Parts: sequence; structure tokens; C-alpha cells
Amino acid sequence: MTNRILKGVALTAALIAVAGCGSRRPPSLPPAPVTGDGTSGLGVDGTSGTGADGVTVAGSRADFIQSVPSDRVFFALNSHTLTAEGRSVLDAQAQWLNTNSRVNVTIEGHADERGTREYNLALGERRANAVRLYLESRGVASNRLQTVSWGKERPEAFGADEASYSRNRRSVTVVPEA
Amino acid sequence: MKRIFLTAAALVAAQPAFAQTPPPPADPGQEEFVADVTGTADSVFRVAVPVFATPQAANTAAGNTTALGQQIAEVIVTDLRNSRRFQPTGPSGLPAPSFGNVQSPNYSTWAGLGADNLIQGYVQANADGTLTVGCYLFDVDGQSQRARQGFVIQPSEWRRAAHRCADQIYGNLTADSGFFDTRVVYVAESGPPGRRRKQLAIMDYDGANHRFLTQGQWTVLTPRFAPDQRTITFMSYENERPRVYVLDMASGRVRPLVEGPYQTFAPRFSPDSRTIVFSMATNGNTDVYSVPVTGGTPRRLTNAPGIDTGGSFSPDGRQIVFESDRGGSQQIYVMNADGSNPRRISFGGGGAATPEWSPRGDLIAFTQTGSFRIGVMRPDGSGARLLTRDAGEGPTWAPNGRAIMYQRGLGRGQVWYVDVASGATRRVPTPLEGSDPSWSALRPN
Repeated sequence: MTNRILKGVALTAALIAVAGCGSRRPPSLPPAPVTGDGTSGLGVDGTSGTGADGVTVAGSRADFIQSVPSDRVFFALNSHTLTAEGRSVLDAQAQWLNTNSRVNVTIEGHADERGTREYNLALGERRANAVRLYLESRGVASNRLQTVSWGKERPEAFGADEASYSRNRRSVTVVPEA
Repeated sequence: MKRIFLTAAALVAAQPAFAQTPPPPADPGQEEFVADVTGTADSVFRVAVPVFATPQAANTAAGNTTALGQQIAEVIVTDLRNSRRFQPTGPSGLPAPSFGNVQSPNYSTWAGLGADNLIQGYVQANADGTLTVGCYLFDVDGQSQRARQGFVIQPSEWRRAAHRCADQIYGNLTADSGFFDTRVVYVAESGPPGRRRKQLAIMDYDGANHRFLTQGQWTVLTPRFAPDQRTITFMSYENERPRVYVLDMASGRVRPLVEGPYQTFAPRFSPDSRTIVFSMATNGNTDVYSVPVTGGTPRRLTNAPGIDTGGSFSPDGRQIVFESDRGGSQQIYVMNADGSNPRRISFGGGGAATPEWSPRGDLIAFTQTGSFRIGVMRPDGSGARLLTRDAGEGPTWAPNGRAIMYQRGLGRGQVWYVDVASGATRRVPTPLEGSDPSWSALRPN
């Protein structure tokens, strides 16, 4: 899982902070995440997914990660609305997908732990579907996009705080390995 | 398990009716009463349970009959204590009746020990390798036998015989049937928080006879027993295609409930075990559907925009309670089983989710959103009260509607029990952490 987050902590933190500034609902804003024991889910090692010689295979997961600002977008509490920042990330993802037109991807939808289990499965599907629709609107064929909701079953940050919750309310665009 | 003595059950004059603690007065739709969690109920029956006698000490596949007599009495005491409606004593510290005295207790001795009711019984090894367990309930004050029942069982089933005996006592002294000869299917959890290993597991209601049904290769969620206990439905991420599956208990075979491209979840059986309601997420919209347990074309029951999930049948099968965020927050709704006439019943500010209709029909259990406390409300939404204080979710009813199991704790959960009348709670012992319990009906004979 951590291999997908090759851009590391700093970029994710920046995205969340920007997303917070643009939100219309201040009480539910995700604050900038703190580092510390709540952030153990992030990988900061950028080498995984590339060959030992550093050559990246076009259309590979490593290529995708290197080519887009992020493989994920974040959502406000109980929301599946894409933020401006999220759309910007997805524009880049769509561009990559349109370049690598033989790659099919899975869009995972996730929720934080503050919803009940089954509701969060539905909420995660809403988020994944919002991403799918946006990528389709940018020219990606629908049959290349599969969605799967994990609800609150796969958190990446484990603190009982907004910094952690805000990182778990996410979609992840997953390019198959190899 | 073969039951004997059925026609011999002797019923004497009924005791005064059990005085059920009524819910405190509450305006319809109002929250909330925190139940007294000290475990006191209005009516508690004092029951003495001495060791079960044996006509002749004999070794069996489950141990010596003398030891089994002690163990069966211990299980009965634990059952009655677990229910929070009895104050049992024994078997240690009580006189041990001889086999000859099993059906003719010395009432004055037991009256002197402060027992209102007395349970005596015996364990006998039979020539064919089976056991006969006899179970007798006496009214000490009235100096009379209230009930008796016997079971011919395989030695390995001795705990069931004890549970059945305790169920008989529960049923005789209260106005309800018992819930001890039951099982629970749940999700056993282990591993780090981001990659929890989740396995289906099944156990007796008291945690005994625990075994795993899946090995944990795929994440599984929200199992539910069919009322007839022949099948279990659950959700699995098998092959990374999250769908509702049906497990046939006799063959061990697992199959998807419905085919199709969409994610399905939140399965629940109808009271006749023939229909499953479930949720399907299609293009950002989740609705409740129903389909025969054998499969077929799902019938869509809800059509409001938003998330409709968690359908649960009324015990007569005519209505379904579900949760929906169509009004802006998660709230409880009731509709007819064909999807007609949906109406909102919960109006609490906190929101309510995971509704489960009691087998008695009188209450609907739910999880209060935000606080994650377990509560109950009447089917019209009135009388809402919260039973638990700590965060948890996913209530499931005892077959008599007097107790609930639920997941206590969110990321790392445990299976807990709460008595609906008193709010008294206790943990159900499991070898790993646990979530999503589903309590079975009384086991068929």
C-alpha cells in the first residue's frame, strides 16, 4: 500500500492544506496533518516500483506515480464532492490515462472511521464513482475504470483526530502492478 | 439432540408475572435515557444449582459423569448469571444431592439456604455411548416440581444439554423463552490497523466451541445467520470483488448471492430464511434490494437519491427497517416489504444507523451516529433510549429480544453483550478481537 504514495508526506500535506483553504465548510476542514505516530501509513521512499537502474516502464504503476501530482484525492467529512485541487489531480491522472490508453485502473473509495461500517461502504463507492465520472468527463473510457469501495476497512492514518481522518477520506487510483 | 420427557413436563400454578422494567417515559423522537448500568432489574430470581448427580460414575468420551455433573451445573449457573435476570448460586458451596434425591429434594434444606427455586439433575452414561441428562426445576416455597426435561445426547454435546436446561428454566420463570442454546457468527480480527485480517468465525453464545469458517485471505464483513441456521450470508472481498455471499453450512459451499458488476453489501435474512435484503451501490447511489436466497433477479425496494442501506425485516416479514441519508443525515425509516410506503421514524439530532428489528417486534436497535452508542426505539420511533456508553456499533438481537450483542470499540473491536432492561454489559470471550456479531435463533433440536 505504501508504495503508491511515492511523493511522500510533504506533498500530501500541501494538498490537504490547500484543500482546507478552499472548502466552504470551515468546521469540517481537515487541518494540516501532523507528523508523528498518526502518519505511519505514508511511505517516503521514492524508489519502489522502478528498476534498480532507475528506468521507469511506460504505463507502469511507477510511471503513473511519477507522472501525476498524486494517485489520490481527498474529501470533506461525509462528502463526495471533488475539490478544485482534487480536480486538478484528476486532470493529470486523466492525461496520463489518455496517453497510456491500454491501462485499466481501479478506483478505490475510502472513508474515515466516524461512519458506521455499511454506510461507509456506500460512501466510499460514492467517492470512487465521483472520481470515475470525472475521469470519464476527461475522455477516459468507462470500461477502463473499475471502482471498489473499502469503506473504513483500509485506513492509512490511525490517530483519532481530524488530521488522520482527513487522510483516510480519499480515493486512490490504482494502476495494476506489472 | 433428542429430547425426552416432553409429555411429562409438569406445570404448576404460574408464579406472579415477571415485572418487566418499562422504558422510562420519553416523548416520541426524544433522546435519551441512559440505562442504569449497575445491572439491577426489578425482578431477579434466586436459583440454587447444585451439582448434577450420576447414578454410577462412568467414563465417557467427554469425561467422567461425576465431572460432567459438576460442569453442567456450572454452565447453567453461568447462563443464568449472564442473562442478568437471575441470581444463581452453586454448584460449589451447595450440598450435592444424591441420585435418589434428584426428583425429591429436601425443600427445608433449600429454603434454609435462601433459594426460591432449585435446579437438580443427573448425568447417566448409556450402553450405546450416549448420555442422558435430566433437568428438574422445583419451587422451593411451594414444595413442588415446576418443570422437567431430559436429553439423550452424544457426550460432545453436553454443553448444549446444559444450555437447553437453562433455557427451560428461563422460559419457566420468566414470560420469555431463553437464548442460551444459540450461536454467534462474527468477524474475528487480528493484525495491524491498516491491514486487518478478518475471518468469519462461529461460536456458542458464551464463546465456547469457537472455530473459524474462513482463513483470512480475503476481508469479510457483516455475517448474518439465517433464522433456520442452514446458511450464513456475509460480504467478502474475494478476488477483490466485494460482494454478498451465501455459505451453506452443511456442505461448506460458498456462492455469490447475485451476479453483476456492482458492489453488494449489508445482507439480512427474512424471518422465513428464504429472502435476503441487501444493498447495492450503482453509480454513486445505494439502494436496498431483495432477492431469493437461491439467487435470481434482485428487486429494488428503495429509489430515493442517497444512501439507503441496512435493511432488517420485522418478525412478521411484512415490513423492513432501514437507514437512509435522503433527509440529509443518517436516520431510520420503515417501509413495507415490497418497498411501498417508506416513512421516517427517527428524528434524533445525533442520527441513527444500523437498525435491527427485535425478534419480539417491540423494539428496533440502532447505532447512534457520532457517539456510536447502541440504543433501542419503538417501531414508531418513540421511546428512544441509549443502552451503552462507549463507542461501538452493529447491534444484533438475542432470539427472545431481551439482550443484544454488539461490537464495542471501533478500529479494534470486541464482542459485548448488553441486557436491554438494565443496560448491564459484559464482554463475550473470543480468542481474537471481534466485530459484526450476528446472534442466531434457538438451535433446532
